[in-house]
Amino acid sequence: MTLRNRWRQSLSFFMLTLTGICAVVAVSLLFLILGDLFYNGWRSVDWDFFTKLPLPPGETGGGMANAIVGSIEIVLLATIMGLPVGFMAGVYLSEFGGKTFAFLVRYMADLLNGVPSIVIGIFVWIVVVRRYHFSAYAGGIALALILIPITARSTEQFMNAVPQTLREGALALGASKWKTIATVVVPAAYRGIATGMILGVARISGETAPLLFTSLNNQFWGAGLRDQTASLPVMIYSHAMSPYDDWHRQAWAAGLVLLIGVLFANVAARLILSRGIAVQK
Amino acid sequence: MATLPAVSAPPHAGARALVMRLRKGDEVARLITLAFASSILLVTVALVYQLWVGSELARHKFGFHFLTTSMWDPVSGQFGALPFIYGTVITSVIALLIAVPLGVGAAIFLSELAPARLSSTFTFFIELLAAVPSVIFGVLAFFAIVPLMRDYVDPFLKKTLGFLPFFSGPIFGYGYLTAGVILAIMTLPFIISISREALLDVPVEQREAALALGATRWESTWQAVVPWARLGIFGSIFLALARALGETMAVTMVIGNDPNIHASLFAPGYAIAAILANDFTEATGDLYPQALVALGLVLFLLTIVINALARLLIIATTRRGSAHP
Amino acid sequence: MSPKEHMIMSSANLPSASPAAGKPVEHQGKLKAVNLNFYYGAYKALHDISLEVQANKITALIGPSGCGKSTFLRTLNRICETIPKTRVEGQVLLDDEDVLRVDVTALRRRVGMVFQKSNPFPKSIFDNVAYGLKVNGFRGSLKDAVEHSLKRAALWEEVQDKLQKSAYALSGGQQQRLCIARALAVDPEVLLLDEPCSALDPIATAKIEDLLFTLKDQCTIVIVTHNMQQAARVADRTGFFLLGKLIEYNTTEIIFKNPTKQETEDYITGRFG
Repeated sequence: MTLRNRWRQSLSFFMLTLTGICAVVAVSLLFLILGDLFYNGWRSVDWDFFTKLPLPPGETGGGMANAIVGSIEIVLLATIMGLPVGFMAGVYLSEFGGKTFAFLVRYMADLLNGVPSIVIGIFVWIVVVRRYHFSAYAGGIALALILIPITARSTEQFMNAVPQTLREGALALGASKWKTIATVVVPAAYRGIATGMILGVARISGETAPLLFTSLNNQFWGAGLRDQTASLPVMIYSHAMSPYDDWHRQAWAAGLVLLIGVLFANVAARLILSRGIAVQK
Repeated sequence: MATLPAVSAPPHAGARALVMRLRKGDEVARLITLAFASSILLVTVALVYQLWVGSELARHKFGFHFLTTSMWDPVSGQFGALPFIYGTVITSVIALLIAVPLGVGAAIFLSELAPARLSSTFTFFIELLAAVPSVIFGVLAFFAIVPLMRDYVDPFLKKTLGFLPFFSGPIFGYGYLTAGVILAIMTLPFIISISREALLDVPVEQREAALALGATRWESTWQAVVPWARLGIFGSIFLALARALGETMAVTMVIGNDPNIHASLFAPGYAIAAILANDFTEATGDLYPQALVALGLVLFLLTIVINALARLLIIATTRRGSAHP
Repeated sequence: MSPKEHMIMSSANLPSASPAAGKPVEHQGKLKAVNLNFYYGAYKALHDISLEVQANKITALIGPSGCGKSTFLRTLNRICETIPKTRVEGQVLLDDEDVLRVDVTALRRRVGMVFQKSNPFPKSIFDNVAYGLKVNGFRGSLKDAVEHSLKRAALWEEVQDKLQKSAYALSGGQQQRLCIARALAVDPEVLLLDEPCSALDPIATAKIEDLLFTLKDQCTIVIVTHNMQQAARVADRTGFFLLGKLIEYNTTEIIFKNPTKQETEDYITGRFG
């Protein structure tokens, strides 16, 4: 081997090893994050965390029961408002869409998907909060606005993946178009659609920025859905930025709980999707 | 028997036909789903409208100077967006400078070298990283990365590269560089995931052709495979950029909240999303909130443009299946 | 109500009890195309086709790829309408009633279709066969109807103890027979088959061809095939298509032994296609 070739081979080996290092670094980041959260948060997660309210600053103890419940409330509101709309829009795009209108809707959905969530928060603040004050409803609306375009595009994608010949088979038996969609196409695509929905809900559960000006925060239980409501992400933010050590500890615990929830949903969704074609029972 | 005229639409027309079609259920289904789909259009239009109207005072007062003035003083009513635009852009650029080599390198490894199972396992974990909520990155950045930067990385950079204006000046731990680092970590999964897909799409024959001509493994990868996938890779970079620009929580927690422009990367600064998060609920008066909405409008437009570019590039790859000049 | 109208009305209803097996049912399922033209956008795919399909006979449509035989078949049950920008001129008559004016879902109950590549739904075997019945509001024993259909399709023996299994667990030939059973379940007067055996091995093909013989007593069959020997084996009448035109249409014997048109002869002897 000539000297030049030896150099080339060494360079090749070096560069390729470097890429391997990049990949290892990327993967370790996830484990470092998880590890750090576990280390700092595990000791702080106790029964109190799930059951008690936050105590005034300076006092140790207490929990984030209101934030957990508040997050569930807000995300539930967003899910009820956003999933059906997104799903139906996705069905329209895939099964009924005319050329120009569907193109416009698709384009706008992608646009909304790319808008920073804080801008959505501003929008809901202008339209809802200025008139009706901070509330869980406002927070739910903001999250729903994020959920709708995600759900629409992912539903459309999985419905499009159903082969046309399946639709023709149903139509040839005398089924009307909507019956074909409801009884053949959607069941054929349901795994992907469900996955998209789970991932979307997981995503909005972790959103903080849109809640900052809509549901705000609440150190107490609040007076119902019309009142400002605590949520895990906002609590984490406010507690982490505070100067109190105990609040920092709570922030870690909350971060751990939130992350486990989100990652669990993600893993579950991916497992559902990878199971292959469904047989309708 | 007379031949009928060409039939392409339902045989009847008009309102009576609509009622007939409605009874069939198909038209009802179409109208219902259409209504839901139009809600997306409505929301988008409403969003742009409210951002435009909600920033009216500020736009009329400052005009385009809003984008070029660097003075931000709520007390005297002077609002210039430049420090925030600067902060947003510089932190995103830092993020890309770190994440792109790292990400493309990892993508190359995962698509070219790693055996299939290792590749999909690694990708699975990396894609989970994309699901981590931004506030958690913020907490980590705030408690773990800031001290790391302050105590180890920044002093090292100052010692070695301190002659550059970027790496001079006092070290706080917070600031543009730290924000850039955390953004890099957050955008990494997107670059890796999309670049990997683009690289996997490259036909095997490309690599084989280079190898057959005597190229080394690295040469064939870098000179034959990667250029073929370059549209998709660029697309992923733009997508990462768009996300970095709009990223709020993590940046807010470590950027330092200083509405001024500094040359040093160690210095605290500000970003559009960060000041919106901090000040929006506290803004008093008429002009102040509208100036903030104007900032929101700027961010909105910025991310739309970058996203559109990203999508064009990615669509171009998938449609043509290759990067042809 | 005239006898013919009565027959149309009753044949549009589904049987509410399983008909006696093996008894030939007289369907007036005469299908006629009159000056049929078909357009994909601006492209004219079918030129002035006039053809009469006789009841209770097997009619085969042959011709080289792209000659329009499948396109023609798909106008008969209007499944061509699923593709945008298509246009039909002329008439298709089912028992002298213009198919283009009838409610399309009612039409497709009477004119069933089996596709080139089997397309069972991602459901169980039972649910596949029952689908057409459920969708059309069948009242009666689904179990009996499904069993009857599977028997007509010569598939019952092979699947009777695994009706709840996924349709995809069956072999290619079995899946196609399942699709035939599914189409038969709604008791169509006409059965259209679009190259049903092209993806199947010779044994599976033979099974389906035997099946067609037993079925023609009960309904009218139109089969598109690119396999001339298959047409010669099963069909009573054969139509030869070329470049969107119907070149010749006659009894199978004449088409294959004594064609009148030169193009037909060229195709039969293998000079092209």
